[in-house]
Amino acid sequence: MADVSLHGIAKSFGPVEILHDIDLRVNDGEFVVFVGPSGCGKSTLLRIIAGLETVSAGEIRIGGRRVNEMPPADRKIAMVFQSYALYPHMSVYKNMAFGLKFAKTNKAEVDRRVRQAAEILKLSHLLDRKPRELSGGQRQRVAIGRAIVREPSVFLFDEPLSNLDAALRVNTRLEIAKLHRELGATMIYVTHDQIEAMTLASKIVVLNHGRIEQVGAPLDLYHAPQNLFVAGFIGSPRMNFIKGQVRSVDERGALIAFAGTEALVQEAHGRLAKGDEITLGIRPEHMASEGPQTIPLEGEIDAVERLGEASFVYMKLTGGDDVIVRSSGDIDASPGERFAAHVPVGALHVFDASGQAVQIQSRVAARSTS
Amino acid sequence: MPTIRPGRIAVHIALILYLALAIGPIVLILINAFKTRRAIFADPLGLPNSQTFTAIGFDRVFANSDFGLYFLNSLTVTVVSLGLIILIGAMAAWALTEYRFRGNTILSLYLAIGIMVPIRLGSVSILRMMVDLNLVNTLTALILVYVAQGLPLAILILGEFIQQIPKDLRDAARCDGVSEYRIFGSIILPLIRPAIATVAVFTMVPIWNDLWFPLILAPGAGKQTVTLGVQQFIGQYVTDWNAVLASLTLAIAPILVLYLLFSRYLVRGLTAGAVK
Repeated sequence: MADVSLHGIAKSFGPVEILHDIDLRVNDGEFVVFVGPSGCGKSTLLRIIAGLETVSAGEIRIGGRRVNEMPPADRKIAMVFQSYALYPHMSVYKNMAFGLKFAKTNKAEVDRRVRQAAEILKLSHLLDRKPRELSGGQRQRVAIGRAIVREPSVFLFDEPLSNLDAALRVNTRLEIAKLHRELGATMIYVTHDQIEAMTLASKIVVLNHGRIEQVGAPLDLYHAPQNLFVAGFIGSPRMNFIKGQVRSVDERGALIAFAGTEALVQEAHGRLAKGDEITLGIRPEHMASEGPQTIPLEGEIDAVERLGEASFVYMKLTGGDDVIVRSSGDIDASPGERFAAHVPVGALHVFDASGQAVQIQSRVAARSTS
Repeated sequence: MPTIRPGRIAVHIALILYLALAIGPIVLILINAFKTRRAIFADPLGLPNSQTFTAIGFDRVFANSDFGLYFLNSLTVTVVSLGLIILIGAMAAWALTEYRFRGNTILSLYLAIGIMVPIRLGSVSILRMMVDLNLVNTLTALILVYVAQGLPLAILILGEFIQQIPKDLRDAARCDGVSEYRIFGSIILPLIRPAIATVAVFTMVPIWNDLWFPLILAPGAGKQTVTLGVQQFIGQYVTDWNAVLASLTLAIAPILVLYLLFSRYLVRGLTAGAVK
């Protein structure tokens, strides 16, 4: 078992900089998910940890040892690829045993490990098959099995579920989570799917444009995103953003005007000043609340999507911002009608002009300006 | 019964015509090799019958020439050249596609030129070089030339195939701790077998059939290949057609065997990637 730490990792392909100054610590036994849009550098970062890419600068440590110069095989890692990367001309058994053959493991030990991994992954009856005779889910399990038999300190997953259909993806996701509990190994997992990230991770690393935007537990990212990018990336449908402006700042707090209404917020560090352009973030699931301490936001409905357990109301607010409201499944609303969303003041996120979150101590009821 | 579309019929007619064109001369050689000289000229298209059948051509080939030796020479040159082309070609193709190193592009370009410029243009310099190296009248000279001749195309074809092997596969092997040589030997080579068969067929035939280089580099007694050996039956005034056709018939046999050996993979090679 081992921890992984990255210090000042940078990577460029020619003049193109892919990663800038990445610092990260992955503790022993943690399940860390790198998440971000395509092209954000998450896969490159994983391949750097694996040793399949070299770094332009920085240091990688696995289990306290510097591994920059080490080939992948010596890093005690095992990687599962998106394409499974099974050797097409070898049986399932040989696929799993292939790597061990060269690690000077004796035959009985190889056999024991392969059979044990096959047992865990329910592959025992498929050991003599060739990869092309397997379904997508089975292939993925073989790929995971090949990683398990190496008994690595760190498991690396590169979007392992992307090629599976939706139902299988949920199943395999649960199996990977179970595997992590059983093996207790450090796992680093790359995905662009925020649901996979939220469900699997003990720690999520959000990457964008080759930089770490935020590191934290899934619910921390959900409740306290540090910037607009994380706020928009985590959560589905994405968080609504509404343009606003600081009207005044005094000892009671900052008065913020947005979408034809106002709210008074007390921020922790006094970073807001009168006249600042800001962005307010409100999650769709928080926009259909009832009761006191809610701010009514009015607008016109563009579209209604009914999913059964909920309905998504797409509306244009008075101020011109488009928002999504997650409302009850049987809501009576149709396009063209006026609609009022109710936002609890506690659900407001405030971001300054540079997109950084402004910490709010308390939020106070608002009054309509219209 | 499934309906047959006119388009398919047209395709098949075209294929049958082409087949006739391709196989016609070979059939002609085969049937005439077993006929008397008179019958060859009187009825070149007729099958041998009880009156016209004779094996005199074969008798004369074995009696008057060292055919076994020519045969062995041809076989040695072809098989050794083929082996070297495939081995060196596959390794070079792997290196050129997999590794980024100084001079990679230049080397690839250089090899592309090798495909475009016929090696025969260099015959004079090749002959001079072989004289300097004391290799004239040796099979080594022929093998060297054929390897040089076959390599560029082999590298191109094999390189294309290697590029189609998913990169993840090599990365997975590297994570498994497999050495680069092992990756080449245990993963790349088995996966490009169809391509190797294709290259083998395409390079083997011209080598076996070549007359030019045996003629200028190894015409000496004991080093002649089949194609050169046949020439002694073709005289300025008299040509022993029985012997010529008999030796050509014999010469077809080994190439046919090799072709059958590779053809199982060849069909797969030419259609590889069609179905996934």
